[in-house]
Amino acid sequence: MVKLTQRLGGLVLRFAAFCAALGAVIAMVTSRERSSFFVLSLVAKYSDLAAFKYFVIANAIVSVYSFLVLFLPKESLLWKFVVVLDLMVTMLLTSSLSAAVAVAQVGKRGNANAGWLPICGQVPRFCDQITGALIAGLVALVLYVFLLIFSIHHVVDPFLLRKS
Amino acid sequence: MAGGKTVLAGGNTKSWKLLLGLRIFAFMATLAAAIVMALNKETKTLVVATIGTVPIKATLTAKFQHTPAFVFFVIANVMASFHNLLMIALQIFSPKLEHKGLHVLSIAILDMLNATLVSAAANAAVFVAELGKNGNKHAKWNKVCDRFATYCDHGAGALIAAFAGVILMILVSGVSISRLLFNSNKFSTTKAPATATDVP
Repeated sequence: MVKLTQRLGGLVLRFAAFCAALGAVIAMVTSRERSSFFVLSLVAKYSDLAAFKYFVIANAIVSVYSFLVLFLPKESLLWKFVVVLDLMVTMLLTSSLSAAVAVAQVGKRGNANAGWLPICGQVPRFCDQITGALIAGLVALVLYVFLLIFSIHHVVDPFLLRKS
Repeated sequence: MAGGKTVLAGGNTKSWKLLLGLRIFAFMATLAAAIVMALNKETKTLVVATIGTVPIKATLTAKFQHTPAFVFFVIANVMASFHNLLMIALQIFSPKLEHKGLHVLSIAILDMLNATLVSAAANAAVFVAELGKNGNKHAKWNKVCDRFATYCDHGAGALIAAFAGVILMILVSGVSISRLLFNSNKFSTTKAPATATDVP
């Protein structure tokens, strides 16, 4: 009974992480805004900035991976491999989130020393949607950290709770 | 009492030496990245305008503190090198504590956390540095590197060191996790610890 609730907990966490990563991808891909500035027209898309492209690609990989692991059977030998892959996916998520937040912060506040003006004043809806996508990415990251600890506990059993 | 003693991990075994070597390299790489970026500063006098025939010069400085991503980079690399230093000291000065379960688990988790931290910092810094090098014409942000070439070169060196540190930290966490796996296997399958076998 305990094993069933543990497995169910793992599945729920992974499904939630899949949803969060997918939400982050969708929110960022559909963010597009046109603003006119006198006669100039500025179209803000996520693909203008390399960090946002990396964020989209990384979260897409993570959501596909979570979806595939959801269907892994319980007694498969691949669970030890899943621990390693969970670690790599967590690192991918943190690096993509950190890069996207760093660049978004430059977009929101600008950089006075480099002469870069903030763009959020001209395209506020774009900025809000990017913020939402970054929050979804953060949720996916936190869920994956829990999943990593969960996988290590179940596959490696460092507290020696299982009697084999 | 060789019959009743359980096997001892740690000591001068192969994985211990490998872990120590990897940690020393990771410590050096992250420390180098932190130091090079922290000392990164360039001052230049540029002509910003010309009134008549008199050029107006302004002294501009490029420092790492101007960019929050680089500040995070320095802090994260300092934390990771401090962690590596602590782990090296722990490994050298107390090898007999190694076989307790919680000890090995906390080392593995801390290694993973620090590997993630360094990778996040290096990634954030590299994307912001790419913005500085190439500019972004959609957002009308102009390049910084054509005027402050030395600043950009030093920053690039720090980033390379940090990425080497990331790869080394990933290897360190891999070895720590495998020691954790081996530790738990050894204790759960030991029925009669008759002889002290050499653990890899």
